[in-house]
Order: sequence, then C-alpha cells, then structure tokens
Amino acid sequence: MTVPVEQDQTHGEEVASEDRPWQTVVWNDPVNLMSYVTYVFQKLFGYSRDKATRLMLDVHHKGRAIVSSGSKEQMEADVARLHAAGLWATMQHDS
Amino acid sequence: MRTWSRKGDKVLTVLDRQEAAVLRGLVGQVEDMLKARAEESPQDELAALTGIRTGPFTSPDDPILSRLLPDFHRLDDDAPNRADQESAAAMRSLYEPEVLDLKTGVAAVLLRTCPPGGGKVSLTLAEADAWLSALNDVRLSLGVALDIKDEEDLSLDLPEDDPKAPHLGVYHWLTWVQDTLVQAMAGDGPA
Repeated sequence: MTVPVEQDQTHGEEVASEDRPWQTVVWNDPVNLMSYVTYVFQKLFGYSRDKATRLMLDVHHKGRAIVSSGSKEQMEADVARLHAAGLWATMQHDS
Repeated sequence: MRTWSRKGDKVLTVLDRQEAAVLRGLVGQVEDMLKARAEESPQDELAALTGIRTGPFTSPDDPILSRLLPDFHRLDDDAPNRADQESAAAMRSLYEPEVLDLKTGVAAVLLRTCPPGGGKVSLTLAEADAWLSALNDVRLSLGVALDIKDEEDLSLDLPEDDPKAPHLGVYHWLTWVQDTLVQAMAGDGPA
C-alpha cells in the first residue's frame, strides 16, 4: 500500500501563478479556411463567435494566436484536439 | 453538387457520381496512410496489459503525414532546444494513437455516409462535423502534394498542360465543399 505524497498547500499565490503557465498557439497556414478555423475555436473551446473570429484573424494577420492557457496537461489535450481538427497547433511555456 | 442546406438537425446536399467517387477516393487514400502510420506504433505486452497505447516518438518521414500529425512544440528553428525536442517526442508517443483514431474515425464516417454512386447526402450534425475534419485532412494532404506554401500559390492560374492543374481544380472544389458546409452548420448559409 502507498499513501499520497503530502502536498504543501501553503503557497497560494505561487500555485495560482503556476496554475496557467502553459499556452496553446495556433499558427497560420495557407490551407485552413478562415470560416473553418473560427468554427473549430467555437466548437473546441466554447468561445463566442466574436472571440473565435478575433483569434482567427490574429492567426491570419499576425501569423499566430494564443488560443488557450492553463496547466501542461490541459494544453496537451487542447493541442491534440486541434491536431485532430487539422489545425497547426503547438504549446509553449509562458515566458 | 448542390450547396449544403440545413434542415433542423440535418445537413443535406446532392453529389453527382463523379464527385462522390473523387471524394471517396481521396478520403480513402488519407485513411490508408493514417492506418499505415498507426500500424507502425510499437506493440508491447505492457501496453496490452494496461490498455495504455504508445505511439512513435518521431515525426513521420512522409511530408503529408507530418503535416497531419504535427509536433507539439515548434522545433523548426535552426537549433531547437533539447528539452522541447524531448518533450515533443514524449507527447507524440502519448497522444498520436488518439489523434490517429479521431482522424480515421472521421474518414470512416464520411465513407459510410457518402453514397458511392452519388446522390442524396443527409448528415446529422455530428456526421457533418466529421465531414468537416475529414475534408480538412484531404485538403491539407493535397496542399502538401501541390506544394501550397502561401495564399498566393492558390491564386496562380496554372497552364492547362501543367500536371498539377487538375489536382488544383479538385483542391478548389474541396475548399468550396468545406466552406459551404461550415456556413450551413453555422446557420448563415443560403436558405
């Protein structure tokens, strides 16, 4: 039998800042349609039409957009779902 | 082909015989490539025991598969850092089986719901979502094959005797099919 390792919960602020240290980035590519990219952002992240459109336009004009942030595991899952949808996504540590 | 229309929870169109054949042929080819990649995954007793599957650690050599299954980090700098390389390899191994399942899954939905001889197509919203993803995978694959690197490559009018010309025509048709399907799904397509 084993017991869970005791977690030090006293550093509330540090935990909060370490809570969303990863980002999912979507990169521009010439194939993915603007309408489809907007649709995927709405479907996968539950974003409003306006927010999804804004992010899509950032991808289109600036070459990239940060579409979500959070824990490493959450971002891994987001990147995997974006890859399944055919978008070019990567993750990075917030620096 | 008729433009997509949305009737309640159904999305409808009509494909002619040749359109259905082209679409099914391309989706089938992409599905075959994805399945071949899935079969490369290491099989071991531990995976059989735990049900935790692991995929390959390295990006596919094939440029089409490599676009369909990108790295989890940007590694294309001149000198990608080692930590990112190792992390990308670990995540590929962890997530690629699931991504492959999703991609072969949407291809299977399209092949099941697209009549081989053409005719009426009637999709649930979930099936239409699968069509969007499957169409996108085919367009990404053609984009690599046609060497489309920026938006300008798409506006080039190729001479009729260019071997790529017919393929570019198919690419543009698929773009139209996908774009009008998104619009029908989003509810702002033609009534």
